[in-house]
Amino acid sequence: MRRSPQDSRDSALRISRRALVLFGVQAAAVGALGMRMHQLQMVETDRFRLLAEENRIALRLIPPARGPILDRNGIVLAENEQNYRIIIVREEARDVPAVLERLSRIVPLDEDARERVLRDVMRRRPFVPVTVLDRLDWDQVAAVAINAPALPGITADMGLSRIYPLHHDTAHVVGYVGPVSDADLRRADDQDPILQYPKFQIGKVGVEARLDRDLRGRAGSRRIEVNAVGRVMRELERHEGTQGATVRMTLDAQLQNYAQARLGEESASAVVMDVHSGDILAMASAPSFDPNLFVEGISVADFRALLDNPFRPLATKTVQGTYPPGSTFKMVVALAAVADGLVSPDETVFCPGHYDTAGRRFHCWKRGGHGRMNLRDALSESCDTYFYDIAQRVGIDRIAEVSELLGLGLRHDLPLSGIAAGLNPNRAWKQRVHGQAWRVGDTINAGIGQGYVLSSPVQLAVMTARLATGRKVAPRLVRAIDGAEEPVPEAEALGFSEAFLAQMRAGMYDCVNRRSGTAYASRIALREVAMSGKTGTSQVRNISAAERATGVLRTDQLPWERRNHALFVAFAPHDAPRYAVSVVVEHGGSGSGTAAPIARDIMIETLFEGAPPIEAWPTEQRGRAERLRRELNLRDFSPGAGAGRTRA
Amino acid sequence: MSYLEQNLRTIPSGPRKLLHVNWALVVLTVTVACIGFMMLYSIAGGSLRPWAEPQMRRFAAGFVLMFAVALVPIWLWRNSAALIFGLSLVLLVIVEFFGQVGMGAQRWLDLGFIRLQPSELTKITLVLLLASYYDWLDLDKVSRPLWVLVPLVIILVPVAMVLRQPDLGTALLLLAGGGAMMFLAGVHWLYFAVVIALGSGGVSLILASRGTSWQLLQDYQYRRIDTFLDPSNDPLGAGYHITQSTIALGSGGMTGRGFMQGTQSRLNFLPEKHTDFIFTTLAEEFGFIGGITLLGLYVLIIVFCVVSGLRNRDRFGSLLTLGIATTLFLYFGVNMGMVMGLLPVVGVPLPLVSFGGSAMLVLMLALGLVQSAHIHRPRKVL
Repeated sequence: MRRSPQDSRDSALRISRRALVLFGVQAAAVGALGMRMHQLQMVETDRFRLLAEENRIALRLIPPARGPILDRNGIVLAENEQNYRIIIVREEARDVPAVLERLSRIVPLDEDARERVLRDVMRRRPFVPVTVLDRLDWDQVAAVAINAPALPGITADMGLSRIYPLHHDTAHVVGYVGPVSDADLRRADDQDPILQYPKFQIGKVGVEARLDRDLRGRAGSRRIEVNAVGRVMRELERHEGTQGATVRMTLDAQLQNYAQARLGEESASAVVMDVHSGDILAMASAPSFDPNLFVEGISVADFRALLDNPFRPLATKTVQGTYPPGSTFKMVVALAAVADGLVSPDETVFCPGHYDTAGRRFHCWKRGGHGRMNLRDALSESCDTYFYDIAQRVGIDRIAEVSELLGLGLRHDLPLSGIAAGLNPNRAWKQRVHGQAWRVGDTINAGIGQGYVLSSPVQLAVMTARLATGRKVAPRLVRAIDGAEEPVPEAEALGFSEAFLAQMRAGMYDCVNRRSGTAYASRIALREVAMSGKTGTSQVRNISAAERATGVLRTDQLPWERRNHALFVAFAPHDAPRYAVSVVVEHGGSGSGTAAPIARDIMIETLFEGAPPIEAWPTEQRGRAERLRRELNLRDFSPGAGAGRTRA
Repeated sequence: MSYLEQNLRTIPSGPRKLLHVNWALVVLTVTVACIGFMMLYSIAGGSLRPWAEPQMRRFAAGFVLMFAVALVPIWLWRNSAALIFGLSLVLLVIVEFFGQVGMGAQRWLDLGFIRLQPSELTKITLVLLLASYYDWLDLDKVSRPLWVLVPLVIILVPVAMVLRQPDLGTALLLLAGGGAMMFLAGVHWLYFAVVIALGSGGVSLILASRGTSWQLLQDYQYRRIDTFLDPSNDPLGAGYHITQSTIALGSGGMTGRGFMQGTQSRLNFLPEKHTDFIFTTLAEEFGFIGGITLLGLYVLIIVFCVVSGLRNRDRFGSLLTLGIATTLFLYFGVNMGMVMGLLPVVGVPLPLVSFGGSAMLVLMLALGLVQSAHIHRPRKVL
């Protein structure tokens, strides 16, 4: 195509005009881009910078180490143990099944576990570590470490887990920890974010649960930089949390071990208390269980077995079990009577073996009768007739008052789960709960600790301590938290004159130390530490008319669950009381036969701090006592023996 | 005899052509490419691999290509324009059958040394052919309906083929580039007015029909339009990209977070950070100053092209240069508008900076054509 110069000039002119328009539009667009850039980068930059920070920075919690629980002497009851776990990272392992296959030749890893790991690994992002095995010992970890070149993506990781070195001994009091449940998360009073931390453990029962806030500590945090898919790039900032507080308890691990062992396989409980401070030195509930099982995750079969056991190993019988106190209640009735001046200590009641009132006949446990009984004799020989009579005179409302004053029928403030209140029945209570008027027979039954009256072993120990000191001693389990001693409150006086209390103690002294006393066989032979106490045998059923006609069956002829509960309460030394003990053996037969010997042995152990002289037992029992103590397989708490680690 | 050919004697030949290269443009080109290398180095976490080094090699190849193209007399390009355009259409057909589909909807041909996207190539060959067409066409015929129809067909054929890929973004850019050529050539205002009126009328008709009894498109097609216009409708898809991209830009502030300190790109919050979204990294690390500088460099390239084009008395060279300048503008304008959230997300690379072979080579080819037009421009005006 040929074009003249004129054409060219026209063309150029036209192009120039059009170009002006076209590139004018482009200039406007560039201007808009510049404005937008200015808007984003100069005007709104603060907002975007914040958004960028939110993008890249994540806050992760560092779980605090749980505080240890120690006994009164620093022996460890609960602490954290370092354990090893093996984790796998998919992107480093590449061929996960092959690596797991090789790993299973070194450490126990069955088919199911391998499948679980494989599933977990595939569900997560490739850089997220997945736990393959937990709670490995050092040897296994070492074996894995040696084979590391053949196991790409496998690393050993250290973690803390709770351990209870005394196993069964402290299961009920110390309790155990477990993973946070949905119910725990819903609790409005505890919104600690650390609860959301995967696999975080909190106290489930006992001291672990009730003092959880102290033991838990405060979570630390770290600010980390993450990328768009959540991979951690680096740590920007780290705040260490604070470790949980050290809880030092009033328990004496060695005594606890003895008490637990002494109860053996009976369904029984025992409480040892310092009568002045209220310190609970031992609180045993049998049979027991190993709390470590719960931390590791108890198997269904094991858990089923614990639940189905008729002896209820999971129950903390010392505070959760309530029993008719039986004759151990007689001091309450007696104290109410003498304090109100209704009965003088020398006044006698004749016991023909039964007591007739309101058209009914109530039997004394001694069919032939005790004859003439004064207060001291009646306590010593546990004459029912005597107490039927004075209970009638005192009346149930006053009995209930004194009972409460002595610490029965109310919840003591202890850091334990499911504490039962027991029951001090009175007229108003029966009317309210049963809609019935109180009857004479009810008072008769209450007079010997039967009927509606219910007490727990710890209450009985408190009652004994209060009788021994005349003060409102309150039980306590925690001695110090993080080194700060819990103050022992000055116990106020009960308000009963010392003379009346001395009469109670005298009756209890005779019960154990006089030949005719019901617990004479369970005395302490050393005079300077003589023990005073009271037996109790409480019925769990009514004796039928037919049985009465044919004569009451002997204990060993009855099925276990129909046998009487055996109880015993005691304090020692008689002249300067230091310790109170209560023992309840469920369906144990009789207080004197079953509970008293146990209580006496525990008392001797307490008084002599684990090194009892054989002279403490009556001569004829020494052989048996020695053999029994050997057979208990007590832990050796001596330094270096390994049973108990101590901490300052 | 054309004006150009009358002045052949004044046009440099042989090695003397190198003296007449528009060196300012070359320097600007190299500067922008170096900014690209720097950003690719930064995005890789301070490493030449995997992006910066291959990009440098491609640029080197493109640089040679640019000079090769520049030294070829412009009339040879003019005379073979139809052939070259035809070739790019053939490639578009081949890619339709043998091509591979990548991110988004763009298709490429794996030629071994390069992954060629014929649709990128078509952006330039279309401009080339239209410049040649209007150079051939008598000035007084430019606005006659029949002669308007011809370029329309030339434009709509590749547009239709690209749409089939389906790559709506590139199709719109081809349409815009072709339209700009027709506009520059002097097609009557009325045609543009009618097309714009029809286009906006049709679009508003389609949008207005939504939800009525005479709805023109399917519901899912409307939803696609929604997402295209406002990515926040699709927060996990396109919306996520645009959100993260504006965060990166905004957090850059005045001076930026420093070289290799951009958290958004280093931590992978940015999508396509080494290709279409590379500008966000630049703006994050060098801030407003960095962003404006790059924008300024592009504007300078365009200004040099426009000056060269307007001073070129050869109609073909002038149209070609201005058309290529407009294409360049469409590249970076749409890319920046997209990452700043002004325009919908379409797959357009940042010219000379984004990692990618096709765009780099095509752009160097285009700049070579600009240089060729510059070198071989007629010198004396009668």
